[in-house]
Order: sequence, then C-alpha cells, then structure tokens
Amino acid sequence: MKDTFTRVFEQFSWEELKTSIASKTDRDVELALTKSGGRNLHDFMALVSPAAAPYLESMAKLSYSLTRKRFGNTIQLYAPLYVSNECQNICTYCGFSYDHKLKRKTLSDIEFGEELLALKKLGFDHLLLVSGEANKTVGVDYFKNVLQLSRNTFSHLSLEVQPLDQPEYEELIAEGLDAVLVYQETYHRKNYRIHHPKGKKSNFVYRLETPDRLGAAGIDKIGLGALLGLEDWRVDSTFTALHLTYLRKKYWKTSYSISFPRLRPAEGVTHGPSDVGERELTQLICAFRIFDEDLELSLSTRESQYYRDNVVTLGPTTMSAGSKTEPGGYTNPKRALEQFSTSDERSPSQVIKMLERKGLEPVWKNWDSALSVAI
Amino acid sequence: MSKLVIAGKEFASRLFLGTGKFSSVDVMRESVIASETNLVTLALKRIQLKEKRDNMVEALQVPGVDLLPNTSGAKSVREAVFSAELAREALQTNWLKLEIHPDPKYLMPDPVETFAAAEELVKKGFVVLPYVHADPVLCKRLEDVGVAAVMPLGAPIGSNKGLTTRDMLEIIIDQSSVPVVVDAGIGVPSHAAQALEMGADAVLVNTAIAVASDPVRMAGAFASAVQAGRSAYEAGPGAIQMTASASSPLTSFLE
Repeated sequence: MKDTFTRVFEQFSWEELKTSIASKTDRDVELALTKSGGRNLHDFMALVSPAAAPYLESMAKLSYSLTRKRFGNTIQLYAPLYVSNECQNICTYCGFSYDHKLKRKTLSDIEFGEELLALKKLGFDHLLLVSGEANKTVGVDYFKNVLQLSRNTFSHLSLEVQPLDQPEYEELIAEGLDAVLVYQETYHRKNYRIHHPKGKKSNFVYRLETPDRLGAAGIDKIGLGALLGLEDWRVDSTFTALHLTYLRKKYWKTSYSISFPRLRPAEGVTHGPSDVGERELTQLICAFRIFDEDLELSLSTRESQYYRDNVVTLGPTTMSAGSKTEPGGYTNPKRALEQFSTSDERSPSQVIKMLERKGLEPVWKNWDSALSVAI
Repeated sequence: MSKLVIAGKEFASRLFLGTGKFSSVDVMRESVIASETNLVTLALKRIQLKEKRDNMVEALQVPGVDLLPNTSGAKSVREAVFSAELAREALQTNWLKLEIHPDPKYLMPDPVETFAAAEELVKKGFVVLPYVHADPVLCKRLEDVGVAAVMPLGAPIGSNKGLTTRDMLEIIIDQSSVPVVVDAGIGVPSHAAQALEMGADAVLVNTAIAVASDPVRMAGAFASAVQAGRSAYEAGPGAIQMTASASSPLTSFLE
C-alpha cells in the first residue's frame, strides 16, 4: 500500500509527544473538558496528562453522560474463544511466547464445536476468536474453517490473531468475519523490537499498517489498543488516538473500538511493575470517551470484579464475562495453557446480575450475519 | 495564519469570489482587488467563446488571482463534462468548480449527477471542486473519487441566510480529508467569520458582495472577516463555561 498510517506516524516523535503531554496545564484540561465542538489530539493529550489527575471526577461525569447519550443504558457482551496457543513469536510479556515451555494446543473441529456450544449455552452471541501466531497450523485456512463453523451459531464474529495481508482479510470477510482486533502493543518503535525480539511480529511497520489493510479490505469494525504498562501509557495512548483519527477519516465506513489491555501476570512472565493503576486506567477510558463520543470501549476480565463493577457505567460499551484464555477452556479448563490469568472470574450470569443492578441492559445480539458483506 | 493548500497550490487568502451579479465589469474587478482573493470563479456560460477577447476574462487578469471556471447551467453529467472541457480549452486551466443544478428556481445541486460527473472529470485530469449540499456522506464519497476540495452550501444560493446547515457543516469539517469551502448562502461578513471559526478552510462569496450598496467596501469587509475567523480558529476559542458538578461522586471507588 502506498499511503498508510506510517506516513503520519513518522511525522511524530515519541519524545516530543512525551514532553508536550508533560507540559499540559490545568487550563488545557479545563479547555478540553468544556469545549463545545469536537476535541483534537491536543485535547486528548491534556486529558491523559498528569495535569488531568485532579479533574478525574469531572472527566468521569462528562464521560458518563456522553456514553449514556450515545449508547444508552446498554452493555454489549462478548466472549473470547482461544483456538490455539501455538506461537512462533517471542513477546517478553506474553504467556504464549515461543520461548515458554507451555503445552501447545490447537483446537480440532470437534473441540472447537464443543467450545462453541458451551459459549452458546452461556448466552453469548458475539464471538471473539483468539490465537497466537503459527501461520502454518493456524493460518488463513484454519480461520476460514472456524468462521464457517461459527457463523450459523453466532451473529457477530471477531478475530484477534496475527496480522494478515489484505487479500486474506477479504477472504475471511467473505466467510462472515465482522471485526478484527489488532493491538500495536507499543508505538515506541525502538523498544518494540526489545519486547518483540523474534518472529513475524517483530516487524513493527507490518503491524502498524494492519488497520490500513483491514480498512482497504472493507472490514466492518477495527479494534485498536496499546498494551498498557509496556511503555509510557500516556504516549502510547496518544499514538492510538492519532491512529484512530487517521483511520476514521480514511476508512470512514468502518467503526472502531478501543481496548485497554493492562499487563497481567502470565505463566513464565516476569514483567516489571506497571505504572498504570486503576486511577490512570479510569482517566484513560474517560479521555477516549470525551475525545470520541462514538467510539466503542471494551473492558475485559483482565480487570478485577470491584473495578469492573464501578467503572462499567463511566465509558465502556462492551464487556467480556467469564472468559477463559486457554484453548478448550470452556469445556476443559487447564490453567497451564492460558495466555494470562483473568481477574474477574465471575460467570456471565453473575455479571449480568451486576449490570442489571447498575441499570444497564446486557445486549447479547447487536448484529446479524445476513448483514456481513464487505463494504 | 497558515496557508490554504488545494491540490498542491497555496492560497494566502481564504476568501474565494464569484463574479456574477455585479453592476459592471469595473466594479467586479475593483471588488476582486479589494477582497485580496487568490481565486475567482466564473461561469463558462458567461464567456464569449467565439470571440478572441472576453471583457470579463480580461477584467479578471489581476496579479495573484487565478480563475476557477464553473459549469453553472449544466443540468446533467454530459453537459457538465462538455462545459468543463470547453472551459479547460478556453481558459487554459484544469481547475473546475463543478455545479450541476437542474432546478432553475432554487439552483439546488443535484447530488447524483454531481457525483457521477466528479468521478468522470477526475479521471479526465481535472482538479474538481464540487458544489454540493451539506451532505457529509456525499462529501466523503466525493473525496473517495478524488476531488480536490468539497464546497458544501451554507444556505440556498443567493439567499444571504448564513450558515443554516451548520450542524452538517460541522460534521463535514470534522470528517473531511480535503479542504472544505463553504459556498452559497453567506450574506454578511460575520457569516464568513463563523464558517472560518468552525474550521472551514475557505468560503466562496458572490451575491453578498455583488449586490451590496458599495461592493468594493463590502469586499474589503469580507477580507477582514475571513482573516479574523481563521485567526480565531487557529488561536483556539475558549471554553463557554465549566460544566456544573453533580453531587454524587463517580470516582470515589478509586480512593
């Protein structure tokens, strides 16, 4: 592709953005909070800056009301289904990393079918299929097969797998794929190599341009995010906001979501302590909502029950519940196989009771596969 | 003030002028000069194509001012494309303001014909600036086929009503990757200033200047308003008021 996000990305320097965020003042934050029109990247930077910390309550109120205005009192529910933990990448923070002595497993058709049934029984209708990166065993053909197996049972199908080429995405969209989540992990180009020393994933630019290939393929929804805790979360989030702005203008028929994966403990991983506490995460969620009123914000079971129950009304629109992060986890849980340990381990029905107590309606189905043709 | 760039060409002024309705060619020329514009549009139908010289074209030979022929009068793709090709030949420019309005009373732009004509003209190598309704999706579709800017209307043409399509213009400005020139309906300089304050890249004004009691002075007033509006936009307007603070805290769970 000739004109991609890389061209925009290269106009920004990590250090300059970092300095700019650090220099934001009370005034910048107040302006960002009280503007009547749309908010720009500078406003976003003010909202994620240290200067915004004392304004968290005001941010939460604004984020709450914008979310209710745009999305009403609803929360969309989805479940991740891990199809494989095979992976040829080395990622210093991930349980599936190639160098970990983890038992590797890829679901067979029968096992996959059993997982589908188990999730369906729990009530789910939106499915997120997840894998590591093992192109030979879990490549496009595998994904085509699992999409075919799922599409009659589930209404909305998403993938969170290795980045693919545009024609491959086109093939998968034809099989009913609705959305793809691809997190840059970090926009710090130099340190990206340190966190991803080996495997296809070490190609920073290929990953960076994945949303471009998805947009060009006509995908219905793209999910973005940075892995919080890997590098400076304020700068990484600003790059995410920049990426989002670029994509919205260029691939204007696509909708977008942001996820907030915070580093979690995983088998064989000893990553340093993260500076993204719950206050900071809340600040970030509210900043994205105030920056972009139409954005879907997703909250996973990486976060604790207590935190999820309280933050759920402030900005998120989508939530997983009762997630298992190992292949086969819904029918045959084996913790030794998981990508990371979840924190909120409640069942979907318990989460639903909580949502109802909060006055939020859980939405299981918000799409129909009949509508899934490439745009 | 930052410079406006359309299709690689820089414009110091963000005010474009139309050339119809002036009481004389001289007043038109004086108004063009007073407005400090760099781009004026003129209807191909007004030009004497058969003569070697044309009064209007000659009067518009002002240093720093480029001509933007328009297809006013065209009612269909075929007529617009024909008119564009004549204009390119006659005025030696591939820049074109595309206007297709089949209805002679309100002169409302036809979105279907305009879209099809824009697609064809871009392929033929024109720098196309289409005049359209303030329709955000249409503007994105036009951008996708390669137009150099979009020119949504602020109000019915010649109505002097101002930015009655404001809500839609805001969306267009927010979404657009090409310059947005608010065209039609701008009746007084404050309307032009408002458009620039909102983030419009430029405005095109005709009637408001041409039919003013003193068009030359009015042209100068528009020049000042456009500059003020753009400066205000670049300066970043202040907040209207702090939001009122409701009682029960939402973030006490973080304490």
